[in-house]
Order: sequence, then structure tokens, then C-alpha cells
Amino acid sequence: MSEVAGRRSTADGFGRVLVFVYGVLAFAATGRATFELTKFSDAPVPYALSALAALVYIVATWALATDRRSVALAAILFELAGVLAVGITSLVATDKFPDASVWSDFGVGYGFVPLVLPFVGLWWLLRPDAEPVETQ
Amino acid sequence: MTVLAWGLGVLVVLVAGVLIVDIVRDRHSSNLAFWGLVALEAGLLVQFVWGLVLVIDDHTGVPVLPYLGYLIGALFILPIAFLWSASEKSRSGTAVLLVAVLVLPVLSVRLHDLWSTHV
Repeated sequence: MSEVAGRRSTADGFGRVLVFVYGVLAFAATGRATFELTKFSDAPVPYALSALAALVYIVATWALATDRRSVALAAILFELAGVLAVGITSLVATDKFPDASVWSDFGVGYGFVPLVLPFVGLWWLLRPDAEPVETQ
Repeated sequence: MTVLAWGLGVLVVLVAGVLIVDIVRDRHSSNLAFWGLVALEAGLLVQFVWGLVLVIDDHTGVPVLPYLGYLIGALFILPIAFLWSASEKSRSGTAVLLVAVLVLPVLSVRLHDLWSTHV
């Protein structure tokens, strides 16, 4: 993604803060998922979902940091769907969740930041004065 | 370790206060904030060594890998935030530092929780 003169990257301005928050979550989720994989059979569903969450945060952090708007948009939409789906499932199908996952109860273990963050991310990418997301 | 955790907690509040003033005044972080961050990092180094000594000694029941993960992870967050914020000469750069500083108490609480499983 080449830097056009005057064009603002998704990592500039408020984007600096957003990328950092995504990076912290990527780091936290990756550490957690790695540890959970060492005891995977205890709670396969939530531990697999933790690994998925970690992957989504890594992709979102990288895409926002390098101004890859369509990848970032896809990752954040996936993140939003994920935190909502896992949040609801963890409350309904409690038997499948003997232990918590990153997105369990809508990310309560992370102060609900995982629930708020995709909305902030969507606003940042789709706000009226943002560069349009390029469609290939 | 509790004394150190409280000391770090007070320092976090002070540094966060300085950063918030910088953000409100819409400027890059001040020298005062910088030295506050240096003091915090020094405290985190002490926490790392202290925690390492604790965990090498009797640590029955404590999950060692997550404990080490938090000790080591805490060392990296401020330097990474500093580098990441350096090229952003606006209040957003300062806000990155604020987020990093506010993550530290969370790590402190997690470390405390992990150690409380010690039997």
C-alpha cells in the first residue's frame, strides 16, 4: 500500500491509539491462547475460540497499522460477529464452555473492551471523512 | 511484592495525570511525563527481578508460565508504546502512552491473582 502524498493512513492520528489497543489485545489473546493450547482437551471449544480471537486481533492490528483498509474492515466485521456470537453462545450453551474464552460473556474478562472495540474500529474506517475502502 | 505493587500503582496514577494534562492541552507528552515513564519502567524491572526470585523459590500451585508471561510482558509495553507514539506529534501520540500506562495495573492485578494460588 503506497503512501500517497497527503493521504492519511489508518495508523495516523486517532488510529495510533486504535492500533495500540488492538496490539495489546492481540498480545494478550495470543499469550492466553498459547497457554490454553497446552491443556486443550480440558475445554476444546472455548480454547479453540480463544485462538481464533487471537488470530483476528493479529490480522486487525497488522491491517490497521499498515493502512490495508479492506483487510482491516473484513477483520473488524469478523471480530464484531465473533464477539457477539461467542458472547451469546457462552451464555446459552454453558455446557460447551467449561472454561472461559477471550470472547466469553462478550469479553467480560477484558472489561468489555472486545465488545466496544469493533464499533470504534468500524467508525474509524467508515467515518464520512475517511478515505474510501478500496474494492478489488 | 505488595509494597512494590502499591508503589507502582501510585506512580501509574501520577504519570497518567500528567499525560491527561498533556492530552487536554493537545500536545506531545512533556518531559515530566517522559521521566515518569522512565521511573515506571525502572519499577517494572524491579518487579521482574523480584517476581523471578519468588518463582524460582517455592511456587507450589502457581502457574509458572502465565506468571512469567505477565512479568516479561510488562517490561515491553512502555518501550513499544514509546516507539509507536514517537512519530505521532499530536495528542494521539500522548494517548497511546496513556493507554499503555493504564494497562499496567491490570497486569499487576493478574500477577497478584496468579500468585494468590500459592499454597
